Formats: sequence, structure tokens, C-alpha cells
Amino acid sequence: MDQNIAQIVAGLRTAFPDVAFSPQPLIDRSEDDAGAEQVFVRVPPDKIVEVMRFLHDDARCDFQQLASLTCVDYLDFPKARDRYAVVYTLVSPRLNHRMWVKCFVNDPDPAVPSVTGIWNAAEWTEREVFDLFGIRFSDHPDLRRIMTWDGFKAHPLRKDYPLRGHGEREDFTVVTDDSR
Amino acid sequence: MGLTTSETSPHTMGNGDTLSTRLDHLVGLLRKHGPNWARKNSLWPMPFATACCGIELMAMGASRYDVARFGAEVMRFTPRQCDLMICAGRVAIKMLPVLQRIYMQMCEPKWVISMGACASTGGVFDTYSVVQGIDQFMPVDVYVPGCPPRPETLIEGVMAIQRIVDAEGVKPSAERGGLGLTVDPVVQLNTVGRRS
Ligand code: SF4
Repeated sequence: MDQNIAQIVAGLRTAFPDVAFSPQPLIDRSEDDAGAEQVFVRVPPDKIVEVMRFLHDDARCDFQQLASLTCVDYLDFPKARDRYAVVYTLVSPRLNHRMWVKCFVNDPDPAVPSVTGIWNAAEWTEREVFDLFGIRFSDHPDLRRIMTWDGFKAHPLRKDYPLRGHGEREDFTVVTDDSR
Repeated sequence: MGLTTSETSPHTMGNGDTLSTRLDHLVGLLRKHGPNWARKNSLWPMPFATACCGIELMAMGASRYDVARFGAEVMRFTPRQCDLMICAGRVAIKMLPVLQRIYMQMCEPKWVISMGACASTGGVFDTYSVVQGIDQFMPVDVYVPGCPPRPETLIEGVMAIQRIVDAEGVKPSAERGGLGLTVDPVVQLNTVGRRS
């Protein structure tokens, strides 16, 4: 593990003694350690805002940038214990290091507190994850669909959603009102 | 005014007869075909280019293929000034209300070309969010097949629209629905603009 990241994980453990974090390489490649410096830590949903606040504010972490926020559906994934992981990619442009945070949630009501209070960039990406995976971000200022149209019911990037949908494209209404 | 003969018109006498009849005939022809002649040679397309087909649409407008030869080079980005919608590319369901609104905002008479496999049938995008053929939701006059159609094929589509415009008694598209013609995709590749 990269020296910086090892220090960050140590700092996290001191600040949050009751969270395991269990750092792990993002890509599991045993023959070479090309991906070994890409590390993710696990954070439970109820701790995510505090941990993120720490990672953003602490001088040794200084993650000023939320490079991406996305989600993975681990349905039928070998050895997976949880269904969804919300994945945060954090970058520190000043200290030149990056780290990943995964927050695992499960059905029936997958919910994660929003990090829009820390990075404004999270607003639209969280809306996208909500739209396509159905993860509810509590405290989000404006949690609406962003990719699919209003009135769409499903969350199409979930693994159990069929490619052709449930007939949404067929019962779309035709706009024929010529008065506008 | 229409076609008149010396029997029915009290104003023509003697030698004036023939001349007046011919003039009337000419005016009648002009009235009948003049507007269509003007329309078909100055089609103003609305380029609704949503995907890769739009690149071929641009190529059609550029100098190599030069659709100006057919009077359709004036692409307008306001539907109020257009009379030919070219839907080039796949249409997502979220985009469909936009397409329909733009179509409704175009003034009559108006015509529609559905360009490419995606606009006509959904193409390879048989997914939850892509419209499987815009003709389910609006009238289409000419389908241009291909993925993407070559610019020559699209020009063939524009010429098909010109023939439709020239035909008499074609009702406005809102009343008649789409004509649903398909252009022959086989164009000789090395004779640009000159079909054998
Ligand atoms: S028909 Fe082919 S070229 Fe045209 S929009 Fe579809 S995929 Fe792109």
C-alpha cells in the first residue's frame, strides 16, 4: 500500500476506532502489484458523512475533489455479501493521492446519507445513482431523476432489470396537442 | 381564373381568342405547379441530428456532396422556418416530446425524412429507453435505410421528397399521416450526384 494511503488509513482508524475500514486493493491481481496502490476502504452508511468530512478537512488527507460517485450492483457476483456498493473516488490535487470509499447497502430500502454538504459535485452524481440504481440519498437537496424521463418507475441499471424494459417505451404517451 | 374558351368568356373576341386562351392556360399551369415548383426547389431542412447519422447529414450539406444543387442547403435551427424535418439518429424516449414539439411547430406544408436504421426502427438499440421507430409517434414520409446512410442515399431521400412535393393533391401531413416510402439504398459509389 502506498505510504500516503497507509497514513490516511491509520489516521482514519484513530479518528473512528469503531469502524473496521478493511483496506483492500481495488483490483485484485496477485501476480503483480500494479494495482496495489489503488485502495478502497469500507465505510458503513451511518458513518459516511463524518468519515467524508474527516477525509475532506484533515490536512494529511485533503481530498478536495470528489472525482466520481457511482454505484455497483453485486447481484449474483461471486462471494459478494451485499447487493449495492456506492463508490466514491476521492482525489487530492495538492498532495497527489487518490482513494476509493465503498459504502455497501442492501434491499429493501437502500439508503445512504448525501455528501452534497461536503462536495457540491455530489449533487448530480447522486441524482444519477438514485435514478439508475434506486439508492435513496437522505438529506439530498433535490433528489429527482436526471437521466430517465419523469414518470419512469424502474431503476434500469439494476442487474435484474431486463434490457428491453417492462414496456415503458411502448406505453409512452404521444404529444398531439397542437395548441402549444 | 382557370381555363376559359371563347364560348364561355365574353371578353375575348376574334384574333385575341387564341392568345387569351393560351395566357389563361399558362396562368392556370403556374398557379397549379408554381408553388410546388418553388417549394420543391427550396426545401429548408430542420436537422434533428441526435446521433452518428448527423455526421452524414453534415457531409450531405458540405461541399463534396453539396445538397445545394437540390436547393436544400439552408439548414434552419428554428422549426418556424423549416418545411423538411430530417430525423437523423436514435431518439430516446426523453427526447421524443422535443421531436414531436418541433414537428408541431413547423408550418404546413411539411415533410419528414426518417434517416437511418435507428430513427426508422430503433436499429441495434433495442433497449428500454430508445424509441423503436419514430413513425409510431409522428407521420414519416420517406425512410432512408442504412447505418448510416451514405450522403448520396440521403440526397435520394431529398429527391423523393421533391417528387412528393411535386405530386398534385397531396394533403398536409397532419391530415394524411406519413406516406411511408423507402428509398433504394443501392447507389453507385463512384458517380457522386450522377446516377447511371
Ligand atoms: S442508424 Fe447507425 S449511423 Fe445512424 S444513428 Fe443509428 S447507429 Fe448511428
